[in-house]
Amino acid sequence: MTDITPINRKLRIATCSLAGCFGCHMSFLDIDERIQALAEIAKFDRSPLTDHGDLGQCDIGLVEGGLCNEDNVQTLSLFRRQCRVLVAVGACAVTGGVPAMRNHYSLTECLQESFINGVGVDDPQIPNDPELPRLLDKVRPLQEWIKVDISMPGCPPPAEAFVELITAVREGRTPDFTYSMRHFD
Amino acid sequence: MTSERAFTLDDTEVEFEPGDSLLTAALASDRYIPHLCAHPDFSPHGSCRVCLVEVDGHNRPACTTAAQPGMTIRSDIEPINVMRRQLLQLLFVEGNHFCPSCEQSGQCQLQATVYTVGMTDLHYPPLGPRRELDASHPDLLLDRDRCIGCELCVKASSEVDQKHIFSLGGRGTHTQLIVNSEHNQLGETDMTPDDRAAHICPVGVILFKTGNYAQPTGQRLYDQQPISAIGNHRAEDVDLPPTP
Repeated sequence: MTDITPINRKLRIATCSLAGCFGCHMSFLDIDERIQALAEIAKFDRSPLTDHGDLGQCDIGLVEGGLCNEDNVQTLSLFRRQCRVLVAVGACAVTGGVPAMRNHYSLTECLQESFINGVGVDDPQIPNDPELPRLLDKVRPLQEWIKVDISMPGCPPPAEAFVELITAVREGRTPDFTYSMRHFD
Repeated sequence: MTSERAFTLDDTEVEFEPGDSLLTAALASDRYIPHLCAHPDFSPHGSCRVCLVEVDGHNRPACTTAAQPGMTIRSDIEPINVMRRQLLQLLFVEGNHFCPSCEQSGQCQLQATVYTVGMTDLHYPPLGPRRELDASHPDLLLDRDRCIGCELCVKASSEVDQKHIFSLGGRGTHTQLIVNSEHNQLGETDMTPDDRAAHICPVGVILFKTGNYAQPTGQRLYDQQPISAIGNHRAEDVDLPPTP
């Protein structure tokens, strides 16, 4: 990570979950009472934690999950434009993760198995409502679409890693994830 | 005074025995050099290159470079660690490594080496190869997605077990673990769970069908201590077949 200067005002942080399970957001909330100290130095912009719809200019964008559909791609592109430091949060954002296990099969095979031939399927039909985002052929990590500034692996990354990340960005340094914070699972 | 049989590793003197490689001598002196395909019981072939060190200004694999008096070796320096991270990233994208769901997670040497060397992302686009899963054996599973081509199972099966069950077939990124049987199926061989080859895999290719996920997260081999502190081969002792 380069070109980071210390920030002396309140940080603006946006978060989103793409092809993820919200486990990384849950781990972020595991900072427990430290959320009070965080509220002193940071303010949430668009995030499932605040339910804000619009994304303003942010210092940090925390993106959980990989890319599995067109909506994910649009959201990620918006986060990249609006966030000074874009962070790939968790195994799915960094590598594609468990959702990328569908990459072994074609999209048609996946849809057939889920909605036509799968065990317990009632009224078999592949959903085609125009409001549903179109699926990508493969689930991909964020780095395949945009430049990622910091990767935070883990399923999920521990709460301490979030604290270190935000502290480091505020102080204008590269995060130092210790051994207990560095996990691919 | 420098010993007649010693080299310098990151500014510290390391003594060696005749015939030692740089890696063997370093490990015997409790000086860790990251490595994956090298094993103390088998002859090295330097295929994974993770043990790369700088030898008198040139990059060499520590496992196949004979120790010589007066050598100056640099291992834990940023240019070497950058190359190690790139090698590990290439190993990751050439296979399919789903750490969150892998049975071997927490005691995988590839994963532990990634932590120690400090790789945090893939950098390269994942190739996503399609490799055959082999569940034909009653006790063992072959998940080729995780294979890094180290050939330790090939050596263990031929040199220790005397069964010659495994080999590597194909070229480049298409290289795959193949089974010496009519239909390339492990179930057609005489492999048993107490074979050395069933315990040697540094990743999660050769697995027992039962007893996985027994260790809770936080208590697994590399959860508390890095591979540089406890070494590469402790998992082979842990990885015993479950009691019937």
